[in-house]
Amino acid sequence: MRETTAQEDLLRGIWRENPVLVQLLGLCPTLAVTGSVDNAVVMGIATFFVLLGSSVLVSTFKSIIPKEVRISAYILIIATFVTIADMVTHALVPDIWKALGPFVPLIVVNCIILGRQEAFASKNTVWRSTLDAVGMGSGFMVAMLIMGSVREIIGNGSWFGIPLFGGHYQPWIIMILPPGGFFTLGFVLLAMGWKKGREAEAVRPRRWPHGVTTEVGGPV
Amino acid sequence: MRDLFWIFVSSMLVNNFTLVLFLGLCPFLGVSAKVATAVRMGMADIFVMVITSVTVSALNAWVLPHAPYLKIIAFIVVIASLVQIVEMVIRKVSPTLFRELGIYLPLITTNCAILGLALLQTSKGYGFTEGLVYAVGSGLGLTLALVLMASIRETVELASVPSIARNMGLVLIIAGSLSLAFMGFAGLFSS
Repeated sequence: MRETTAQEDLLRGIWRENPVLVQLLGLCPTLAVTGSVDNAVVMGIATFFVLLGSSVLVSTFKSIIPKEVRISAYILIIATFVTIADMVTHALVPDIWKALGPFVPLIVVNCIILGRQEAFASKNTVWRSTLDAVGMGSGFMVAMLIMGSVREIIGNGSWFGIPLFGGHYQPWIIMILPPGGFFTLGFVLLAMGWKKGREAEAVRPRRWPHGVTTEVGGPV
Repeated sequence: MRDLFWIFVSSMLVNNFTLVLFLGLCPFLGVSAKVATAVRMGMADIFVMVITSVTVSALNAWVLPHAPYLKIIAFIVVIASLVQIVEMVIRKVSPTLFRELGIYLPLITTNCAILGLALLQTSKGYGFTEGLVYAVGSGLGLTLALVLMASIRETVELASVPSIARNMGLVLIIAGSLSLAFMGFAGLFSS
């Protein structure tokens, strides 16, 4: 694998290697709590905090943790931060905590977090792991925000609880119910596949008449 | 008895773990390409869920009242070590079953359906028997969703689908339609 720069560590998680939209990790919370933007944002912040905390701790202690029990050690560290996140959420925003149900404690088994510990924090310095965690955490927030906005705007006619369309709008209730989660993410992924297909088309060498081959395609 | 029956129906159909509560989506999307593997994954899931439910009842009865702040840590540690032990025992006692379940057993440790079961069982205040029924019902519901999905995907494999939909997008839209169908079961309770 080629060396990455600090800037790449920070930026790649946000869009190019987005943990949810590109790597398809951590789908359970992405679908379950994005019925309203409020819930999605609180969930995003909690996950961000757990990811950042565990990445810093794991990269600090990476030389002390024995290789054979590293996964259990990571899970214990993650579970500790999740407990803190759970208690803080309960204290600060009790209504949203109730709406999120088991999904705050379930951050423990979110594959994004354990994946970043195993793939990055256990091999890199504290500073680089912090950047990586901030990037990946922001990428998760971006995905939650997109999903939450689409579902709340279409399904409830509001954004952050503020009505957008006036009284004549008939909300598509289905979008804030469970099937809406699957449909929204499905269409977001279809759109990304369409965009990727167009980009691939654009760089494929084109064969022009008379046997001339160009490196980059002509007008698309 | 009536209560137990409703817990069973509710956990299997109305509040289906995968399609309504969004728990355990990784295996649902990952190993639902073939019906045979889907059935095995479902079996492994039911098995681990029953064991987890029994252990969680014990933890709830004797340990957690004294240290409620240890809930998350206790659950995850117990589930992880339990799966490890079960794996060793099965490997020794029944090598055939071990080959059948194969990679799915360790995978289940990080499956949110298992920890979700532990947390939901606790928050609903189920005791030993209710918990057991809840675990079997949820496990069967999960298997049902997996098998349905796998059957649909095996058929879609042969259809001519536009190239942009040849990724997870299509699978999620199929899942959405299934979820829509399962919402119909909510009517069981209003009458």
